[in-house]
Amino acid sequence: MKRDTIGGTLLVALVLCVACSVLVSAAAVGLRSRQDANKKLDQQRNVLLAAGVDVGQMSTAEILAMFDDESKVQRMLVDLSTGEEVNSDATGIDPASYDAKKAAKTPDLSAAVETAGGPTPGVARREKYAFVYKIMDSEKGDQFVLPVYGKGLWSTLYGFLALRDDVRTVGGITFYEHKETPGLGGEVDNPVWKSKWPGKQVFDDDWNVEFEVIKGEVDANAPGANHKIDGLSGATITARGVSNLVQYWVGPDGFGKFLEKQRSK
Amino acid sequence: MAELKPKDVLLNPLANDNPIALQVLGICSALAVTTKLETSFVMALSVIFVLGLSNAAVSAIRMYIPSSIRIIVQMTIISSLVIVVDQFLQAFAYEASKTMSVFVGLIITNCIVMGRAEAFAMKNPPLISMIDGIGNALGYSLILIIVGFFRELFGSGKLFGITVLQPLQKVVNEAGEAVWQGWYVPNGLMLLPPSAFFLIGLIIWVLRTWKPEQSNRDPVL
Repeated sequence: MKRDTIGGTLLVALVLCVACSVLVSAAAVGLRSRQDANKKLDQQRNVLLAAGVDVGQMSTAEILAMFDDESKVQRMLVDLSTGEEVNSDATGIDPASYDAKKAAKTPDLSAAVETAGGPTPGVARREKYAFVYKIMDSEKGDQFVLPVYGKGLWSTLYGFLALRDDVRTVGGITFYEHKETPGLGGEVDNPVWKSKWPGKQVFDDDWNVEFEVIKGEVDANAPGANHKIDGLSGATITARGVSNLVQYWVGPDGFGKFLEKQRSK
Repeated sequence: MAELKPKDVLLNPLANDNPIALQVLGICSALAVTTKLETSFVMALSVIFVLGLSNAAVSAIRMYIPSSIRIIVQMTIISSLVIVVDQFLQAFAYEASKTMSVFVGLIITNCIVMGRAEAFAMKNPPLISMIDGIGNALGYSLILIIVGFFRELFGSGKLFGITVLQPLQKVVNEAGEAVWQGWYVPNGLMLLPPSAFFLIGLIIWVLRTWKPEQSNRDPVL
């Protein structure tokens, strides 16, 4: 058959498509387990990083061991509407395979974001159940690491916010996934900037959310300075996004009810 | 046409016939990935892999490609290879892939890859086509790395993420006072795409001063 006939054209197209799809699927399937392991490890690394654990010195095996050790890291699945920890019998969710990011896109497992005019994370729906990590450390005290996310300028920023056991003071923050401009909004990754977070407070004395990433530098002597974080120059919208997402996730529609329960303990 | 020597095919695209500097192809990705040297390197390696193999593959089946669907055949081969590269990055260089995935995907539309497939691989045997692909990818990589070097150095004072020029910043010292540290004021423009344009423009200027025959003297153009 000549190559420029209709039959020849169809044949070449067909053979090529089959060959290419086999190649692509082989790569995707063959590497999936490694990719998933990478993703999980990266998140666990960020959970520890948010809690101020020196992850740089730790090997992969050490990180995995820490998450297996109930006396160091506890993972709880929390119902955001009640703030209660739920078990898999009641919800029918398998904690081993539960993916909060996927759940936020599944109608049954997600709820509309209710901001009531307050800060919005910029997304329309959030998951009903979220994992909270309790990091136990005899020196620093227990910390709660909350998964947080919200829109920046170009993308949704995903990260973890750690709160100390007074449920008011920030232990640290990390972002493990975002697509902000490198050097500007991307500076949310910058260790220097992140080092400004620990010790700041997200609630005022009456447990109202009070927290802001401001423009410019925080005047340490001004009132409320410990509720404010220096802005990122050239990244006004990303900084506002970070402000909003923190306010939302510690607020009543986010982890507020869960945090309220931890206060009395 | 004169006999093609593998050495010329490999090395010509570096300076004499550089895909970015002379043909001015592939500018878009050169602007996007060169804020850091590390991403420039990952991009360069990915393009070398994709361009070498896509040229070889297109050339190997060039006798069978019907002319009516030849562009889409090339695109299919190129995009399959790009997806494979992306999957490998996610599995073995996760940190890099987090920032690079978008740009690696854009290799599909990198004009150099299509350009070489159409202009060279469709007319020449597989081995020399592969060498041509690698040579052109090296030419692209060279510019990418030069631009990445200057942008990272002057934009954030670092090379490969290691601080070289100590940026000026306010830090809190042990006594709890804020003090200024470092001496280099990073040039924020270097982190924005236009700076890559300026740098590539400068490279083209230097190259055409060194090799005047590359200049375009046609007054109509």
